[in-house]
Amino acid sequence: MNFFLEVLIGGLLSGVMYALVALGFVMIYKASGVFNFAQGAMVYLAALSVVGCMEKGAPLWLAIILAFVIMTLFGIATEKFVLRKLVNQPPIALFMATIGLAFFIEGVAPMIFGSEPRALELGIVDEPIPWILDNWNMVISKFDLVAAGVAAVLVATLALFFQYTRIGRALRAVADDHQAALSIGIPLQNIWAIVWGVAGFVALVAGMMWGARNGVQFALTFTALKALPVLILGGFTSVPGAIVGGLIIGASEKLAEIYIPPVMQDLFGGNFGGIEGWFPYVLALLFLLVRPEGLFGEKHIDRV
Amino acid sequence: MIKNFKPAIAAAAVSLAMLSQMAVAAEEQFFPLIDYRVGPYGSNGQAFYGGFIDYLNYVNLKEKGVNGVQMTYEECETEYNNAKGVECYERLKSKAAKSAGPLHTMSTGISYALIDKSAQDKLPLAMMGYGRTDAVDGSVFPYAFPLVTTYQMQASAIIKFLKDKNGGSLAGKKIVYLYHDSAYGKEAIIAMNAEAGLNKFTVVQIPVAHPGNEQGAQWLKIRQERPDYVVFWGWGVMNQTALKAAKKVGFPRDKMIGSWWTGSEEDVVPAGDAATGYMAATWNVAGKHVPVIADIEKVVYGAGKGNMEDKAKIGTILYNRGVSAAVLSVEAIRKGQEKFGKGKALNGEQTRWALENLNITDARLKAIGATDLLPEIKTSCDNHEGSGKVKIQQWDGAKWVPVSGWIEGNKALIHPLFQASAKQYAKEKGITPRDCSKEK
Repeated sequence: MNFFLEVLIGGLLSGVMYALVALGFVMIYKASGVFNFAQGAMVYLAALSVVGCMEKGAPLWLAIILAFVIMTLFGIATEKFVLRKLVNQPPIALFMATIGLAFFIEGVAPMIFGSEPRALELGIVDEPIPWILDNWNMVISKFDLVAAGVAAVLVATLALFFQYTRIGRALRAVADDHQAALSIGIPLQNIWAIVWGVAGFVALVAGMMWGARNGVQFALTFTALKALPVLILGGFTSVPGAIVGGLIIGASEKLAEIYIPPVMQDLFGGNFGGIEGWFPYVLALLFLLVRPEGLFGEKHIDRV
Repeated sequence: MIKNFKPAIAAAAVSLAMLSQMAVAAEEQFFPLIDYRVGPYGSNGQAFYGGFIDYLNYVNLKEKGVNGVQMTYEECETEYNNAKGVECYERLKSKAAKSAGPLHTMSTGISYALIDKSAQDKLPLAMMGYGRTDAVDGSVFPYAFPLVTTYQMQASAIIKFLKDKNGGSLAGKKIVYLYHDSAYGKEAIIAMNAEAGLNKFTVVQIPVAHPGNEQGAQWLKIRQERPDYVVFWGWGVMNQTALKAAKKVGFPRDKMIGSWWTGSEEDVVPAGDAATGYMAATWNVAGKHVPVIADIEKVVYGAGKGNMEDKAKIGTILYNRGVSAAVLSVEAIRKGQEKFGKGKALNGEQTRWALENLNITDARLKAIGATDLLPEIKTSCDNHEGSGKVKIQQWDGAKWVPVSGWIEGNKALIHPLFQASAKQYAKEKGITPRDCSKEK
């Protein structure tokens, strides 16, 4: 039972890390109705900017501010040079543009900051909390708890931002219909620049947490793979959904990785395992059958 | 006056034409480099191919080529993508028709994709420490060379190292084999199982799904299993993630030994202090203390012809590995020229013969300034590996330090596995194996 709880809690905390990446997707989708294929690459760019600035001599706090500036400028440039021409185009055109953007970032960012993997020290140790280890014999990392706290603050802030600010309401209006939003005087360009800037900030937070955990390297782009089932499960438009989806995916994939392979081996022989690569997707697909809009997604009804 | 000069001008023109023709006809040994410098593993490729090219330039500058034959190359970027690897091969193979050094792809996937094509085109494929390992049996794979070591022999050598550490016996011990869930990761399972049977230890296999950036469940399982050692077959981000996760669950890093794909600076530096004490196998040593590495920096970079943008990488594991691969390739060219004519470039068939008849002794390594950079190599038709030796190195927090001499895997146990696999391959493909006793 102790081991089960340890795996469950470890999975929930991993899920928070997935949710951090998923939040970036949600931001863009809520504001433009577009699935941003470049979100993983933005996580990479943000983390690379931090270590790149630190290598040039900036202290951590300054590097974070500079990286935030870089991500904001990147967001504004994306709006100006990529999205502005695509207003009122079908979502697939915007989606294709984000694919191009992803390849652009993946090619250019290492040219500027270098491609070798590097460590990022945030001063938060990734070690078990001794009190829990001594009393419960469970490995719960300080780093994971800090990540959970950061995610909670981020979610609360974004949820309030979308719900209670004028910009938040304008974002939702733009997502529903670009042209209608423009016709009532919502400045689409500004809104998109803001939302890409905020998505850049979310990518910066995710990039720092993932970069501190596994090193800053190209593989940060793969974090997007972990966020996809979270989005399907939680819904593409829900900020709290990203967190709940992350928790469910994180916990279920870890439990599956531990408990399913022995059963499969007993039934079929051979060596099973390494199933957490595909298990979350299967789970998400099953959810799709029951709730296509995800747990917290908006139900979309088209009138004929 | 002008009339008087006409014959002299004509003579000079003829001489110049002849000279330029001679220059065009100067022999060149072409190396098709199917490489990667960008993409997910670009930093690995930059160091490896940088070292490889630096050594080719070193030979050109230091001794004006091999018996006057200049080493030339052309690179083609694959981004570590199999499809692009095949595309690059098709692009470069026509240039390699007349003169070809060994092909180095630094990718098991691309090597697999090229193994049949390169044999058809008679271009030798070198897979140093990676690739299709049953190609050790040259009777079935005449054009494929898994030189120096293979995944299986490497695993066997690691077990031998652990056995020596434990007073000559691993009986009753438990070893977790933590591996990348791919063809690469699975290659060594057969060797681990064979060694477990022979040495009476238990092996617990734990796979990690690609890319391996999340290993919480696997390391909780390792904590529950309480193994004596973890033998680790990681790749890319999986390496740093494993080291960090090991620290998190309190597993001692000096009881973790990885394959050579987990043992470069790129694999440990991002893990910070979590990597200190970790060990990995290697078939070449790091450092600038190796005379040839120091001399490359002096001669090639002194002449402004160095290939590395980041000179700090000179002497790293992967840079030195690139130099080692080039040393073997150039030595093969020398060997081939002894048979097919000094001062002449070798074609693919001739290079293949040379790779199959390599005999690089410690004395020869010393002569070229590569003492202890890599182990001795002696290849033959039935042994395209030629060594099977690795060293174990340990990360001290700043650099890799060798903690063993050259250790040879259990050839009597492992090589029959290759032969059985190659036999099966020959049967499936309808290949009639060569009679190695007739190959000289």
